[in-house]
Amino acid sequence: MIVSRSSSNSPSYPPRSRKIINYIMLSLTGLCTLLVVSVLLTILVYLLWNGVHALNLNFFTKLPAPVGQSGGGVSNAIIGTLKLLALASAIGVPIGLLGGIYLSEFAGGWSAFTVRYTTDLLNGVPSVVMGIFVYTLVVLPMHHFSTLAGGIALGIMMIPIALRSTEDFLRAVPRSLREGGLALGASKSETIFTIVIPAAIYGIITGIMLDVARVAGETAPLLFTAFGNQFNSPGWLQPTASLPVVIYNYAISPYDEWHQQAWAAGFVLLSGLLVVSIIARLILARGKKLSHG
Amino acid sequence: MANAALSTPGIPMQPRGLEKKQTWLERLRKGDEVVHLITLSGAWSIIVITGLLVQHLWVYSAIARHTFGWRFLFTSTWDPVNGLFGAWPFVYGTIVTSILALVIAIPIGLGTAIFLAELAPRKISDALTFLVELLAAVPSVIYGLVGIFLLIPILTTAMPYFQKVFGWLPIFSGTFYGVSYFSAAVILAIMVVPFIVSISREVLLAVPVSQREAMMALGATKWDVTWRAVVPYARQGIMGSIFLALARALGETMAVTMVIGNVAQVSTSLLAPGYTIAAVIANEFTEATGDLYLHALIELGLVLFAVTMIINALARLLMLTMRGHEVTG
Amino acid sequence: MIRRLLTLAVLTTASAFAQQISLTGAGSTFAYPLYSSWASQYHTLHPNVEVNYQSIGSGGGIRQLIAGTVDFGATDGPMTDKELAEAQQKRGTAILHFPTALGADVPSYNIPGVSAELKFTPAALAGIYLGHITKWNDPEIQKANPGIKLPAANIVVIHRSDGSGTTYCWVDYLSKVSPDWKNKVGVGTSVNWPVGLGGKGNEGVSGLIRRIPNSIGYIELIYSIQNHILYGEVENSSGKFIKADLNTVTFAAAGASKTMPADFRVSITNPASAQAYPISTYTWLLIPEKMSDKTKGAALKAFLHWGLTDGQKYAAPLAYAPLPNVVVQRELQQMKKLQY
Repeated sequence: MIVSRSSSNSPSYPPRSRKIINYIMLSLTGLCTLLVVSVLLTILVYLLWNGVHALNLNFFTKLPAPVGQSGGGVSNAIIGTLKLLALASAIGVPIGLLGGIYLSEFAGGWSAFTVRYTTDLLNGVPSVVMGIFVYTLVVLPMHHFSTLAGGIALGIMMIPIALRSTEDFLRAVPRSLREGGLALGASKSETIFTIVIPAAIYGIITGIMLDVARVAGETAPLLFTAFGNQFNSPGWLQPTASLPVVIYNYAISPYDEWHQQAWAAGFVLLSGLLVVSIIARLILARGKKLSHG
Repeated sequence: MANAALSTPGIPMQPRGLEKKQTWLERLRKGDEVVHLITLSGAWSIIVITGLLVQHLWVYSAIARHTFGWRFLFTSTWDPVNGLFGAWPFVYGTIVTSILALVIAIPIGLGTAIFLAELAPRKISDALTFLVELLAAVPSVIYGLVGIFLLIPILTTAMPYFQKVFGWLPIFSGTFYGVSYFSAAVILAIMVVPFIVSISREVLLAVPVSQREAMMALGATKWDVTWRAVVPYARQGIMGSIFLALARALGETMAVTMVIGNVAQVSTSLLAPGYTIAAVIANEFTEATGDLYLHALIELGLVLFAVTMIINALARLLMLTMRGHEVTG
Repeated sequence: MIRRLLTLAVLTTASAFAQQISLTGAGSTFAYPLYSSWASQYHTLHPNVEVNYQSIGSGGGIRQLIAGTVDFGATDGPMTDKELAEAQQKRGTAILHFPTALGADVPSYNIPGVSAELKFTPAALAGIYLGHITKWNDPEIQKANPGIKLPAANIVVIHRSDGSGTTYCWVDYLSKVSPDWKNKVGVGTSVNWPVGLGGKGNEGVSGLIRRIPNSIGYIELIYSIQNHILYGEVENSSGKFIKADLNTVTFAAAGASKTMPADFRVSITNPASAQAYPISTYTWLLIPEKMSDKTKGAALKAFLHWGLTDGQKYAAPLAYAPLPNVVVQRELQQMKKLQY
């Protein structure tokens, strides 16, 4: 202890070489960040640049126009995507939350191992395979492509990340908080719901938001489940359009107008996620203020 | 196995002593058992879903499995007209692109996470993290388009100079068409970086201040502290994020399909076009005429599933050994 | 009797209230622009009918029709006897083919320094796709293009990575002109390619051709035109080099319409006509003979009738050749078979 204190006081520590390494490595991490963030900006600018001509009121309010006719929009796909995400969240979030609470607070032994391992497996299932699975599970027996099938596919895809992020954030809650709750005579479930979950709630919400954002852009699982629709899809049992599938179909078409709409739809999808996330964060910040005030 | 799960570090151990004093009935009355059972049902529904998935993949690939057996994995002929299906080029392409993607993504992702967690002021860090997380939400079909129209032209321009220096290596030899394992790996790397960054940053931020202060007090540089005290402390979370990224890379479909070239061949050169399992399913599933063809594609899905299972097993094994070192060291 | 009356009453009320009829169809990507245009026009004429057509590929259209998840299918390569039998067995109904328009596969290329229109012999195309011809200045290509200086560069062959009707038409043609191709590779919506890179969809192949120098690929005519890619003339069975356009494709159809089989499943590649472009194809709607939902059936029938008559005028502006009148008349006859 004495030795180390004296060396830390000596002017030659840390040695110059270490300082240089320090600066180099720290600048490199900054460079990495710059690189990663610039990729997003590049993509956004690229989408806007290519899609700006198609961005107008019609784009949001009209149904798709056939080839060779200008105008038209993707209102059906916007509504379709919102319906799909609502349904997916209704399926994926509760299961993910419950599973996360279970793993963090109750599980032990082989049960925890199995659940955790299965979740990883499910997370690794490629989205296109999920499409095939839901196709054989829902579409074939019902003889209908539908919003329901697409929502189930996306919902199942949401479970693993909702679960793992919930588990991670719950685990990050310090043990002292839990002990405090138990010491005050609260039951375990009371402690979980009144102390542990509230302490982790911001993280959990962030995790779920990331999760929704991830599935919002999925194309492959929707191809054989939600399918597509040139018109508005009534109810939940008819095929429906969705933004990612529209982007895909338009992008691989040979028509410039459709290409522009694909770029524009991509821009709208990304911007939509941006706006939703910012609003969510504002609500979060407000919640934090309230809880402190 | 059970021990492994029990001793997973980071689990805030319940004061088990307190619990054991209560009988099951007492816990039931307090609602603990009810909550337990409800969350248990949520957790187990995942197992039911995954079980169903495996069952469907198994049943719907029966014809191909019976026709080809293990040959399916190790032969390289994919001939729908004559009903010959061998998956090796796809398996090979999937492994090569995923590993190469990680080689690119890990340093960048980790560097970014360190910058965001350790160096950047909290507000800037939050804003940047938000942007990075948005990157994870960019639809893969858009990555594919950006890959085709932006990345590949850049790579094609740069490649002759690169090959002048490294062209003698077998892995960088041959003509570069733009579409290749390498292009796919770069796109994959961009796609998985956000996963590494956002999770690694969280775990780095969760490292207790005391961990840093100890080394700071010794007069170590910022980098020393980060690299020797903070990162090792958080390495499990970081490994977790890397395996999440790997799982994502293995199964990525749309973007890869658009930049890999879609050629069912095995090449040593990373600059040659290839194919991946997910890409061939996306390309051919819709048009698979005939049951054998369809079942062969679904068997590919099964293979991909099995690969994921093995990766997960390796991940657990790795974490287990790391933990062993922690305890003994 | 009373029951029958009641049923009738229920049916009439139901149809009176059945404001919105939604028909779902899927298949051919090639015909997507035409069908989506039809659906939109038809919707303005009949606001209560929505025809939802999705382009998932010809094979996909056939699959989904057999599985019963769509009301009608669409394809650029006719269904095989085996597929028809499978549909009969699984759905309990025959499937009828209705040609709706015509299109052509064109050999498109990107050779730096060559802006002229190349001429291709059948032997050259088969040789390139079999991997026997590997250089652009190969004698087989050069002899058909005497005035053009072709480079000694390697040919980069491009094909479809997904199964497709476009591929079916192309390899069907190659099989007819090259016994070697027929024996080694064969005919299908996707085949085991001896050489080449794969692109997804016509757009993917077009993109690869544009980006890769010294490449050749086959795409639907409309994609070459829209993407400003050069495409060559192809020597037909009479030894004439023909460029694909609406006229030469219609000639191919006219030649074949005399020998059109009763079920319309006909390949028109390599026809006998001297003015015909040799790599053309019909594109078909696949309609089940029986449908359980009569209201839907009636709507589908009306839509089909409209497409074969009034709808034909939307084909040419989208680079599809309209149907010969003989074929339309025979199709209207076949419509009487529909049991709804």
